[in-house]
Amino acid sequence: MKVSVTGTGMTPFGELWNESVESLARTAVSEALEEAQCGIGDIELLVVGNMLLQQLEGRAHVGQVVSQAIGYQGPSTHVEAACASGGLAVRQGLFAVRSGLAKRVLVVGVEKMTDAGSGEITRALMAAGSEDEQMAGATFPSLYALMMLEYMETYGVSEQEIAASAVKNHLHGSFNPLAQFQNVISVKNVMRSPLVCDPIRQLMCSPVSDGAAAVVLESGDGNVEIVGSGHGGDTLSLAARKSRVSMRATRDAAAQAFGEAGVSIEDVNLAELHDCFSIAEVVAVEDLGWAKFGKGAALLSKGFGRLLGDGVVINSSGGLKACGHPVGATGVKQLVEVTRQLLQKCGKRQVQHARVGLTHNVGGTGATAVVHILRRTDE
Amino acid sequence: MSVGIVGYGVYVPWRFIDPARIAPQARRLGLLKKALADWDEDSITMAVEAGRSALLQTNVSVDDVGAVYIGSESPPYAVNPSSTVVADILGMGDAYRAADLQFACKAATAGLQMAAAEVAQQHIPYGLVIGTDTSQARPGDPLELSAGAAAVAVLVGKKNVIAKIEGTLSVSSDTPDFWRREHERYPSHGGRFTGKPAYFQHVITAAKRLMEKLRVKPEDFAYVVFHMPNGVFPVTAAQILGFSEKQYLPGLTVKEVGNPYSASALLGLVAIMERAKPKQRILMVAYGSGAGADAVAFKTTPSISFLKRGSLQKMFLKRKEVDIETYLRNRRIQ
Repeated sequence: MKVSVTGTGMTPFGELWNESVESLARTAVSEALEEAQCGIGDIELLVVGNMLLQQLEGRAHVGQVVSQAIGYQGPSTHVEAACASGGLAVRQGLFAVRSGLAKRVLVVGVEKMTDAGSGEITRALMAAGSEDEQMAGATFPSLYALMMLEYMETYGVSEQEIAASAVKNHLHGSFNPLAQFQNVISVKNVMRSPLVCDPIRQLMCSPVSDGAAAVVLESGDGNVEIVGSGHGGDTLSLAARKSRVSMRATRDAAAQAFGEAGVSIEDVNLAELHDCFSIAEVVAVEDLGWAKFGKGAALLSKGFGRLLGDGVVINSSGGLKACGHPVGATGVKQLVEVTRQLLQKCGKRQVQHARVGLTHNVGGTGATAVVHILRRTDE
Repeated sequence: MSVGIVGYGVYVPWRFIDPARIAPQARRLGLLKKALADWDEDSITMAVEAGRSALLQTNVSVDDVGAVYIGSESPPYAVNPSSTVVADILGMGDAYRAADLQFACKAATAGLQMAAAEVAQQHIPYGLVIGTDTSQARPGDPLELSAGAAAVAVLVGKKNVIAKIEGTLSVSSDTPDFWRREHERYPSHGGRFTGKPAYFQHVITAAKRLMEKLRVKPEDFAYVVFHMPNGVFPVTAAQILGFSEKQYLPGLTVKEVGNPYSASALLGLVAIMERAKPKQRILMVAYGSGAGADAVAFKTTPSISFLKRGSLQKMFLKRKEVDIETYLRNRRIQ
């Protein structure tokens, strides 16, 4: 069963003081429905990706929270996989259409994070870590700092090379009016930013953000089709992994997605990768097959993945770093970006000749990874 | 008939510490020094010093002061007026109206608006308005880096006015950026929420509206002063509104004292009045969390040249830096 993305919607990402989960969802959904040229009554299933509503606001039954907000009266489901909630929500929606259960599914990723103080948010995000990591007092920056340290020691790579990821993503973000950060930065800026957890610096970290994204998935032909989907898993605990410098979950998800799609890495024109921290993009570039292990940072620092360069464009939206990372929304936003790129709707940040796009969404330190491959079909 | 400021007095505690000794991050907030009240000082003792100083500067008789308004968020009593304690010490008899005001950091400027209106209505010949605080902050909270202490007294009248009030305007809302519950020793705040939707929203709106109402532009002012929660916010507000360094630097008293809450904007205003020439416009925008901003536009008169000035600089020069242990003992942390 073919599945097409017929509608996309997205709010700006950032510190949206005046917005709530409800108002964010409404904005993204109305845009997606308009593009899909259908009404809320035409939706047969709503899938919501969100991680923190229960923790931060004490509200569960998240599918119905969004249902009520958008005036939807059908069945809904809530998907949570930490930062991969959005990508996994898309996959659940995809299953419903592929199985013939629903012809038209609305997937919404939404997160409201800025009403919590930084201490509260850091602790809440650690719900995505393992119990032993929580008890050890780890935070996400510290877990990724461990990964980055091991990567640097294993491959003899410098912080400056890894910082190239943030520099590229801010450049792309400067062309994205919805991005949280639209300022251009340099490696010098990154290296001068305060240490968050050695060796991770402030400008290597994606921000705390509010935002929502939505897609309408329909059975049958459309201009943009989801041709491949993959979902991989690994241990929750970083210490229990076979490797901390490569994500098996990503490799498994990618293998499944490419297998289904019948395309290879060389066919991919653009990719939205999960750069929660700069090191994560470096590792993803290797796990997805663009660089050999240990060579990802060097490749990125030479300009790989940059708009207007040759070859694939990585994180044309600005990625998590510059576009922002409202946790549950990111995975869905990645599909919104790829779809809009494939439809040539991205103005200043348009990837030329965009025909095949990839999204990569990770949960926690790599316990979950979801990869989707989308293709422009009107050849 | 011009109503305005007739005189002023300040009190800044003689001890200070460098907040970078608590955390180097203080520098990123533009903080260099913060005033430290001693064991035997509180918002009342400082208010008395400032009030006394204002009366001495102007030779106004206490019998002509018809109102005493004290703005503070650190009154020694939750119930018992500081204003009458201060008035009594200053020898004010019993023929005056008094009130203690609270609106976070803009309590005193609210008092300024009230006193000015009463003088204009000829209900009182002079009003004494004092902003005074021994700022509290939870140890380890970034707020601790800026919390200072000071008192500023302003005498409002219509005789021998040195800075006429050309206009005043306020913006108010229910915005939960910073608060302290009853029985709580230290205030809480909303982190980054205290910025754009709180401080900047109110300060910028009040400044713009007042300038529009008076049909003036930033370049028409010689000086501008904002409430100073740190060394960054007021500078950013000034830049957003289009003011230059020349206009906002002279009033940036946060660098000397830190944030003395209700005395903050008034202290900046005094720093400016200490050096202002006649016929210069000054814009002051105070901000109080919870939230609101009071914008007041002044124009100095020829009388300002004849005022006994220089007390603020003297107070700054008399000070001494103390060490962190003294600070901790004083804060009852050790």
